[in-house]
Amino acid sequence: MTSTPPHMDPSAQMNLDTLTTTVGEWLRGTGPESDIVMSSRVRLARNLAQYPFVSRASEQDRAEIEKFLRERIALVPAGKELHSIDVGHLEEVDRQFLVERQLISRELAEAQGARSVAIDGREQVSLMINEEDHLRIQCMHSGLDLQGVWNQIRVVDDQIEQAVPYAFHPRWGYLTACPTNVGTGIRVSVMLHLPALVITRQIDKVFRSLHKISLAVRGLYGEGSQAMGDFYQISNQTTLGKTEEELLEQVGDVVPVLIDYERRAREFLVRETQQNVHDQVSRAYGILRTAQTITAEETMQLLSRVRMGVLLGLIGGVDISAINVLLVRTQPAHLQKLRGLELDTKDRNIERARYLRQHFDGNGPKAAAN
Amino acid sequence: MKCQQCDKPAVFHITELEAAEVRELHLCEDHARVYLNQSEAAGGPPEPKPKGGGLTAPLGVGQTADELAALDQKACDMCGITFFEFRNQGRLGCPHDYVHFEKELEPLIANIHGATQHTGRRPSRPTAPGEPLPEGTESLTAVIGMRTGMQEAIECEDYERAKELRDRIRDTEQHWLERPTE
Ligand SMILES: [Zn+2]
Ligand SMILES: [Zn+2]
Repeated sequence: MTSTPPHMDPSAQMNLDTLTTTVGEWLRGTGPESDIVMSSRVRLARNLAQYPFVSRASEQDRAEIEKFLRERIALVPAGKELHSIDVGHLEEVDRQFLVERQLISRELAEAQGARSVAIDGREQVSLMINEEDHLRIQCMHSGLDLQGVWNQIRVVDDQIEQAVPYAFHPRWGYLTACPTNVGTGIRVSVMLHLPALVITRQIDKVFRSLHKISLAVRGLYGEGSQAMGDFYQISNQTTLGKTEEELLEQVGDVVPVLIDYERRAREFLVRETQQNVHDQVSRAYGILRTAQTITAEETMQLLSRVRMGVLLGLIGGVDISAINVLLVRTQPAHLQKLRGLELDTKDRNIERARYLRQHFDGNGPKAAAN
Repeated sequence: MKCQQCDKPAVFHITELEAAEVRELHLCEDHARVYLNQSEAAGGPPEPKPKGGGLTAPLGVGQTADELAALDQKACDMCGITFFEFRNQGRLGCPHDYVHFEKELEPLIANIHGATQHTGRRPSRPTAPGEPLPEGTESLTAVIGMRTGMQEAIECEDYERAKELRDRIRDTEQHWLERPTE
């Protein structure tokens, strides 16, 4: 896991190891409404006009597409700030690491053939090559900042457009491998932490109303359908017939409403069940500080409660960005990268508990070096 | 139990939580892969498609088996994908499919998006006079056909033909890259 295979660019390995010691953009815990909004993200699906889509491309085609896009993008100003990582030659734990960090999708991690990701030093921009589409441009900011994300990603898209021929049709817009993405090719999503809505059992009602206005709701890192740690992503379902700005608004307009619901649910909990909620978050904190073995799922759930407890002033001396960092560093691949060892599930649970105890001892978790 | 989308046995049983409703899906291996591949960026669970798999819903309505069979055999003249393959995989073969299968895709796209006309951003690269497509689209689309032809030539060990096509592909791409820009 720590050795560099001979066919791999050693600088890619260095990039990955550097990432273990830093925090990703969405973990920064800054930006507007960051007590509830973890991150704002926009992705654009784009394809080249002169190649078949990825699922129909030959091995040779895929290698050419990867090389063509990587080299052309490196020529534009936005591309000069990016580091390319050859995902096809990464080991599984490293691919999983990038998934946990939200820099690549699970689909890219598990795909076959030539594929890569280019990311900037702040982990705001990530360009996936040969995922479902030839190019997936993603931009992510901490907190609620959809307009900021849009302003950044449109510049990147414009610059790349000058350098490569995008497949475009006046009626169907940007052409994508799956018709569900055609048109703008845009997916706008906001990740929210909604523990009080979960505790007060109002979350289902909220989701039903979101589905009525054709927004999708998904959990973070969920294995199945259950959202882990009360983190939910809200995103648009349709991509054709509305402008990018209209789709940004469709998602953006609903977020303040959800923030308001969550805040009111938190106030309700403190007002009506002060002792109960204080007890819940204190117990969660207690387990995280003392457990000897703990699963990723339980860790997420408990960190979620502690995060809310900190924001409600029920737990002192703990920093929100430190909790955000623990959320990702206790994921399986991060844990193994930090330890520098491959660990099976049982050993990971022990290592995770050790890592949590170490970070919570004394004056609470240390904020990660940035 | 049969797959909900074809006659093969269902081997995957997926439970989706949509809002408060639990939806159970029973799919064969192929359709399960299509379904699970619809999962969005960054490791989230598969995203439920609008109205229970908008991809297959409108197909077959009001069409006879013969008409469907004929439609399924229709192949893109650039990448060679048949409509049958697309229906099975849920993925198109190349950008030209949106032109070649436009009539067939239209009801499907209308069902997914509730619209059939793009209104968002457009490429800033110049459009040739009287031509709604971005400049160079036609010759770049033809390159996809040449790639298919090159593959076939290699399989038939017709290396001369393969080499000729490879040179034409290179010239067309080079022509686009060296186009004058304002
Ligand atoms: Zn099936
Ligand atoms: Zn085609």
